[in-house]
Amino acid sequence: MGDLADLTILDAGDGLRAGDFSSADLLEAVTRRAAVTEAHLHAYLTLDHEGAAQAAEAADASFAKGEDRGLLQGIPIALKDNMCTRGIETTASSRILDGWKPPYDATVVTRLREAGAVITGKTNLDEFAMGSSTENSAYGPTRNPWNTDKVPGGSSGGSAVTTAVGSAFGSLGSDTGGSVRQPAALTGVVGMKPTYGIVSRYGLIAFASSLDQIGPFSRSVADSVAMLDVISGFDPRDATSINAPVPNFGGSLDRGVAGLKIGVVTEFMGEGIDPHVITATRAMADRLAGAGAEVVEATLPSVEYALSAYYLIAPAECSSNLARFDGIRFGHRTQVEGTTEEMMAHTRAEGFGPEVIRRILLGTYALSAGYYDAFYGQAQKVRTLVRNDFTAAYGHVDVLISPTTPTTAFSVGEKAADPIAMYYSDLCTIPSNLAGDPAISVPIGLDDAGLPVGFQVMAPSLGEEVMYQVAAEVERLAGFTERALLATSTVVAP
Amino acid sequence: MSGWEAVIGIETHVELSTHSKMFCSCAVDVAGPPNSACCPVCLALPGALPVPNEKAIEGIIKIGLALECTINESSLFYRKNYFYPDLPKNYQISQYTFPVCEGGKLDIDVDGTTMTVGITRVHMEEDTGKSTHIGGGGGRIHDADHTLLDFNRAGVPLVEIVTEPDIRSAAEARAYGAEIQRIVFALGVSDAKLEAGSMRFDVNVSVRPVGDEVLGTRTETKNVNSLRAVQRAIEYEIDRQINVLETGGKVIQETRHWNEDTGVTISMRIKEESEDYRYFQDPDLLPLETSAEWREEIRRGLPELPAARRARFIDAGTDAVTAGLLVDDSDLSTLFEDAVASGASGRAVGIWLTGEVVAYSRRTGTPIPDTSLTAPHLGELTGMVDEGKLSFSAAKEVLIAVMDGEGTPGDVAEAKDLFQVSDSGAIESAVESVLAENPDAVNKIRSGETKPLGFLVGQVMRQMGGRADPKVVHSLLRKRTGA
Ligand SMILES: [Zn+2]
Repeated sequence: MGDLADLTILDAGDGLRAGDFSSADLLEAVTRRAAVTEAHLHAYLTLDHEGAAQAAEAADASFAKGEDRGLLQGIPIALKDNMCTRGIETTASSRILDGWKPPYDATVVTRLREAGAVITGKTNLDEFAMGSSTENSAYGPTRNPWNTDKVPGGSSGGSAVTTAVGSAFGSLGSDTGGSVRQPAALTGVVGMKPTYGIVSRYGLIAFASSLDQIGPFSRSVADSVAMLDVISGFDPRDATSINAPVPNFGGSLDRGVAGLKIGVVTEFMGEGIDPHVITATRAMADRLAGAGAEVVEATLPSVEYALSAYYLIAPAECSSNLARFDGIRFGHRTQVEGTTEEMMAHTRAEGFGPEVIRRILLGTYALSAGYYDAFYGQAQKVRTLVRNDFTAAYGHVDVLISPTTPTTAFSVGEKAADPIAMYYSDLCTIPSNLAGDPAISVPIGLDDAGLPVGFQVMAPSLGEEVMYQVAAEVERLAGFTERALLATSTVVAP
Repeated sequence: MSGWEAVIGIETHVELSTHSKMFCSCAVDVAGPPNSACCPVCLALPGALPVPNEKAIEGIIKIGLALECTINESSLFYRKNYFYPDLPKNYQISQYTFPVCEGGKLDIDVDGTTMTVGITRVHMEEDTGKSTHIGGGGGRIHDADHTLLDFNRAGVPLVEIVTEPDIRSAAEARAYGAEIQRIVFALGVSDAKLEAGSMRFDVNVSVRPVGDEVLGTRTETKNVNSLRAVQRAIEYEIDRQINVLETGGKVIQETRHWNEDTGVTISMRIKEESEDYRYFQDPDLLPLETSAEWREEIRRGLPELPAARRARFIDAGTDAVTAGLLVDDSDLSTLFEDAVASGASGRAVGIWLTGEVVAYSRRTGTPIPDTSLTAPHLGELTGMVDEGKLSFSAAKEVLIAVMDGEGTPGDVAEAKDLFQVSDSGAIESAVESVLAENPDAVNKIRSGETKPLGFLVGQVMRQMGGRADPKVVHSLLRKRTGA
């Protein structure tokens, strides 16, 4: 065992409980790691040294008193900077929230604190979670630790990278169209989007309310379960929160896949998907069959329209969700003198980046009188069709599998000027958001260029247990132990 | 307006007097220090989410049931998108298709005639904050130097009641507004104070030639904040539109603003494109389900409505006008109910309450509950008048003393020696002496004139110090003079 920063959450927890090291030691390890990696990767926007040190001290005091609040006690965790943290700057990577310190904690933050987790800081993202590369940040891009010429994916690229390189033991992202799973795939970590409604959105700065869901990044499937256990559950402050007991997420982690019926999504194994990615996915499907699963072809005929529907629904919701950023009550306000309307307009033009403005305009248009039926209304119909496709598929199979992303990590700047090409990187992840179902990305190897390949497991609503069951088997079969070049503290700055 | 017919629809906004706001747990305290009753939700801070207030939903269902609406089993919240500084989210959570209540009606009485106003829908929404425009003189945002914002009112539950275009005159509109106010107050869901802004009206007015089926172009007038303003604004708007049409002009579909001081409506010059609210279903809120059991439980808990109460008061002996006056005043109606329940004459109690009791309260500036008057007092007083123990004028004197706190009607009448004398012996001797003193009058009566009889009654009453029962005096005199 080398550096503490490379431990999984569960192993770190064992060490804490055995008295091998303290929470303060773990925090020191990730802080030291960040000191090396941040200059190259820019995963963090804010490191809360003081708050983290206090939390680590409190966790160590708890252990000393024999108090144990569960698997995250004393574990350093990073948060995507679109989750409100009381008194700690929360920007959603936007100029419009520059310097804004929320007066309240998001529900997930409260739950992490109550579980004794140590919050290290806030991570970079595409502005308001709109993007797939973490290049659309007002504070500069985050880079991929496997190759700093590549993007880490997005929008939760910062969180993915902290977990990948050990500047946190795990992290939270938000997934609206793949914003956890896609960067997880591109950085070689486990990234999971829960069933819509099992993790509270209260305090998550909304992008598209009907699609947004907070999910964990981790370095193992079991760690993912541990994190989801803490952040999930009914929240009376979120009206879309499911008021029912949460499933036993980790109940079947060790059961293997014998007897399970697994569907390979035909639509994601052909056109538009990199052949190397298809090959890797197919190889893993075969190994699952070898492990006793019945692997069949499954079809989701409507998913060819899913991307278009998503890029109407998400912008429509965002055009309304982002209306509150007007310079009146919080955040950036223009210095330009003028009428109230001019003040709002200038504030928004100055505060929002180009991708955010593009989506607000697109969404405003899609909801406008005379266009609603053709755009937003039609997109909602497609959403229903996609849901029906999934329901039909789950009539035959327990889970669906596919690549997480059409390609491995692409180059910085490669798609920045071509929004449509960028949107296509969410091709395989968007359908689960439209359906509200859980899905996870597990790293299964490296491509010829040495970049990680992600493997997606999708399950029906509240089917996290079987999803994790299959993901755990994928993890065992892949035996993916490679770590990013920058994921060791011994690396010398280039 | 001869040759023209007005077509009027009314939107009534009612602020519900729930303890907490529509979508957060902030107290409803509109009058508190500015921005003292706010939280991340009603200030629309990033990340905050709305959660519906069940009490408010109960309130709107009560209103819907009182207006004989269908209560939808499942209703939807929508976002109404527009930018305005006192609208924190820059969208208002409201309803569009599937409001909580649809398709009701309300019977109103206009100058003794009953008419029915159709209710299109009753929907739930949230109020905005309050802007105070400083400088510029107009009290409007466009020419103000700066604007102060108070978000205490932001998110207060607001119910909107929309009528069919069934109303044809300003008087009908006013009667409708008054009846809605009574109902909402009786339901206990709002303080229904127009002067405090907890009830407000928007009036939609169009005119068309009598006999035309097609509706004319309508205007919507806002800032109509009293029943009198409803009447005046509509009268003004009808006259203005007729004048426009008669002089060859066209009525423009627009929003207008009623100016109470100048008594005119003015165009708000809202640009065409800003009227597109881009309604879409609010993804933060699930469909609102109202179970049949819940709806039935609310129905069973409904209080008596003003119309039913008026009918009951009329059954108890009052006339329609008195019943209306009593029902409109909860102090009067409580006294009335209690007095009648203990056996007093409804007719008599109604007259005393709406006459002398109200007059006393106005004259002295004392609210009725602050006087010493009780329902048993009213029963005792009207009973004594009925039994002939007190003359009407004596009873009035007794009532005033009772309200002043001098004691029960019986005690007061005793102390002031106001009881009528019904003892025929005493009256007979007075009659005899009056007859003896006025032979001329007696002779005139005997020759067929009736006028002097009244004079003789007056003379006897004077001798008796006003305490004789005039009926007894009258009958004795008739007997003795043969009239
Ligand atoms: Zn509030």
